[in-house]
Amino acid sequence: MSAPTKTIEVTRVRGGVGENAARPDGIPKVTGEFAYSSDLWAEGMLWGATVRSPHPRARIVSIDIAKALALPGVWAVLTHDDVPGNKTYGLEIPDQPVLAWDQTRYQGEPVVLIAADHPETATRAADLVDIFYEELDPITDPEVAMDPGTDVLHPEAKNPHNLIRHVRIRSGDPDASADVVVSGEYTIGMQDQAFLGPESGLAVPDGEGGVDLYVATQWLHVDLDQLAGALGLTEDRVRITLAGVGGAFGAREDLSMQIHCCMLALHTNRPVKMMYSREESFFGHVHRHPARMYYEHGATRDGDLVYVKARIILDGGAYASSSTAVISNATCFAVGPYEVPNATLDGYVVYTDNPPCGAMRGFGSVQACFGHESQMDKLADALGMDPLELRIRNAMTTGSKLPTGQIVQGPAPVKELLESVRDMPHPDPTPSGPLDLTLLPGGVSNTTHGEGVRRGVGYGVGFKNIAYSEGFDDYSTARVKLWSAGGEPIVEVHTAAAEVGQGVTTIQMQIARTELGVEQVVVLPADTQVRSAGSTSASRQTWMTGGAVRKACEAIRVRVLTDALVGLDGDPGDLSLEGGKVISSSLGVVADLADAIGDAAYEETYEYHHKKTFPLDPETGQGDAHVAFAFSAHRATCDVDTELGLVKVVELATAQDVGKAINPQAVEGQIEGGTAQGLGLAVMEEIQVKDGKVMNPSFTDYLIPTILDMPPMQIDVMELGDPDSEYGVKGVGEPPTISSTPAILAALRNASEKPLTHIPVRPDHFLWSGERPGELGP
Amino acid sequence: MRINLRVNGEQSAVDDVWEGESLLHVLRERMALPGSKNACEQGECGSCSVYLDGALVCACLVLAAQAEGREVVTVEGLATDHDDLHPVQQAFLEAGAVQCGFCTPGLIVATHELLSRRPDPSESEVREALAGNLCRCTGYEKILDAVALAGRRMAAGGAG
Ligand code: FES
Ligand code: FES
Repeated sequence: MSAPTKTIEVTRVRGGVGENAARPDGIPKVTGEFAYSSDLWAEGMLWGATVRSPHPRARIVSIDIAKALALPGVWAVLTHDDVPGNKTYGLEIPDQPVLAWDQTRYQGEPVVLIAADHPETATRAADLVDIFYEELDPITDPEVAMDPGTDVLHPEAKNPHNLIRHVRIRSGDPDASADVVVSGEYTIGMQDQAFLGPESGLAVPDGEGGVDLYVATQWLHVDLDQLAGALGLTEDRVRITLAGVGGAFGAREDLSMQIHCCMLALHTNRPVKMMYSREESFFGHVHRHPARMYYEHGATRDGDLVYVKARIILDGGAYASSSTAVISNATCFAVGPYEVPNATLDGYVVYTDNPPCGAMRGFGSVQACFGHESQMDKLADALGMDPLELRIRNAMTTGSKLPTGQIVQGPAPVKELLESVRDMPHPDPTPSGPLDLTLLPGGVSNTTHGEGVRRGVGYGVGFKNIAYSEGFDDYSTARVKLWSAGGEPIVEVHTAAAEVGQGVTTIQMQIARTELGVEQVVVLPADTQVRSAGSTSASRQTWMTGGAVRKACEAIRVRVLTDALVGLDGDPGDLSLEGGKVISSSLGVVADLADAIGDAAYEETYEYHHKKTFPLDPETGQGDAHVAFAFSAHRATCDVDTELGLVKVVELATAQDVGKAINPQAVEGQIEGGTAQGLGLAVMEEIQVKDGKVMNPSFTDYLIPTILDMPPMQIDVMELGDPDSEYGVKGVGEPPTISSTPAILAALRNASEKPLTHIPVRPDHFLWSGERPGELGP
Repeated sequence: MRINLRVNGEQSAVDDVWEGESLLHVLRERMALPGSKNACEQGECGSCSVYLDGALVCACLVLAAQAEGREVVTVEGLATDHDDLHPVQQAFLEAGAVQCGFCTPGLIVATHELLSRRPDPSESEVREALAGNLCRCTGYEKILDAVALAGRRMAAGGAG
């Protein structure tokens, strides 16, 4: 072997895997220059507006657009007649009209579109559209909706009685009996994702019948599929580029203004911007499914779970959205992360005339976790056992079998997570120093100085699946290119992964840096010019798109090293790329990477697939439906003003296995933000729906946690490594939203000794002492 | 109508403003300054926070006409040297206080205002001062870190 020509010191590149690498969108976000979908502007653009049904359920008798069209400044007024292609769309079932024609099924359903030269003109034109509705009685109770006598909202649906899907899981002995039995009924209100960046985008016609759309979304390619279909265009004539996304949390999985904006742009041949107001946003996306859950748990005297029976009913609202997958999760994970030999589980999701529900962070597991964790506390009480001990005693581990028959293969540290939060120091029981009202229930309303305030501590543990399930192949594609310019190697990464704030762009950069030893990595804007990356949901992007980027980088590395080996003895396995150098394990630095690349450009595209999953058996619910599972536990400490029913969450402690923290700071950010949304569901957030109508579509009346509501946190991040993923990563985003809510509820019950069977908890719930939601005790 | 106002140190005249337009709309749609955000346009979220004659306001609640002849500073105008970040901006980046970033401009302006009148606030004072700024992504932990970091840096460097 010839001697190396250079001996240069190698410094590892900064910002690789495992570091708190800076986000590439960070500077523009702090200076205000980052272009969100609502910031877009084009010369001569028009403003779009949507006319929505004020009625939850009505027959459309007539639509008169003449007056609106005659208003100066109005460029287009479109109805269902103007939808060029498919008249309906949907993520799983195309049951949602682009624009309603014969009937509307929820309040806020789009009926007419307007384009005008000023947003105010568009609003005034919307008022001039004359739609004659014949109001019908809305179907608003999902259990009534399932009655055979109730009107059917979607006669074309494959299931009868307004049923979107029934998931039936049977394992073990359905007649198993137990020494100690507890049952309970729990309800969950409708939560909103409440991202801050409103639904918005800009559609620009290309002058040849095609269109470019710049939009905030979670999955460009699934948008493209539905959009092209509705526009009656082939997919190559519709190009979607991800604009800046102001949060997502599931609410951008379904289309909102995408088709509408493109219809207006194509019709007027002008760029059109659409931007929902906060009020419209409440009607413009799906919400978390409200739930009603009936549970029965049986255990031995010693506290071993014998059986769980659960009947879970989710209100799907007017259209299916992702309801079929949400109910699958709610049912699959209904017993929680515990070993349960016998389970009889039925999950139903149902059409009603309420707002459509679909994806939100935690996706079905949130509802189930409130149910099973409430039951575990109740069971512990009945057994006279410590609730933590009961959980640990029944905790699932690697090798445990789910009620679906699937064996849990990766790490399942349920016991370890619970022990971790148990052992963290408790917050100070009596804060020293002068009285600080903000630390008390009621805050600066000055409702108490400590009288009637009781403290409680509670625990919750939960889990969910990573990536899509039941046989769906949600692959991700990455194209990576390496070349050199000005003596410096440069890497370009192109995927369609939607950066929604969580940091997937940074993750891609970090992986490319580590794999190719190159600091300068550029991630191109996500668009539909590269194949699908799958959805930014199901806690899957780090695993899937991260995996695709790593594999594409590996393929490039093999080629570069093979080429670099020319003239040297040895095999590529002996060489590596680090710090911009080609390094031999025996010879040290053998070349500058930039020199080794020369004028060449290396490009590789990799399509990353997770392991195959399988459908659930329709009769028994058996099947290896899921790729992998992520777990977290929370301990909550809460103060309750027992006289007024006001609460203060004092502290939240959490432990979570993230497999491997690619960016530890971003991991913490996901855990803190996810926990805050769980706190919101526990004590604040509910879309109030009365007779199908939303009563509080504003941030004045729909309250999300402020910095005063969110307590300090302690976090234990475990990195146990999943054997099936690259670097051992697991999803991070969803588990914190799952286990935080029941922990807070447990703490509130511990403080108040009330059953608290509905979330979010309101002050009057502290008066309820009956077993059923809303029931007053003796 | 025409509005004359000074934004980030520059005198401007904006034409064709409809009487009902908010200061936020004029900044974002007519002055190419979309840094101030529009998360609610009803005074509940603080994403549109700007200075109006030195006072912190929600630009969505101010009519553009009310800004006639007045001085506005937005997130785009905080850094003194255009290439540099203001210490508050730098601290938000380093502390990991930016996720989707939609709340960020408003929080940065509000933090700037807090630290300029109260250089060493207690955690409780920070929470109180920022209670009008909603963030849906971070759970606020890293925002508290950022404010503390910016406060320390500004006290040490005398910047502001
Ligand atoms: S946009 Fe002004 S307070 Fe929300
Ligand atoms: S970072 Fe997304 S709202 Fe604050």
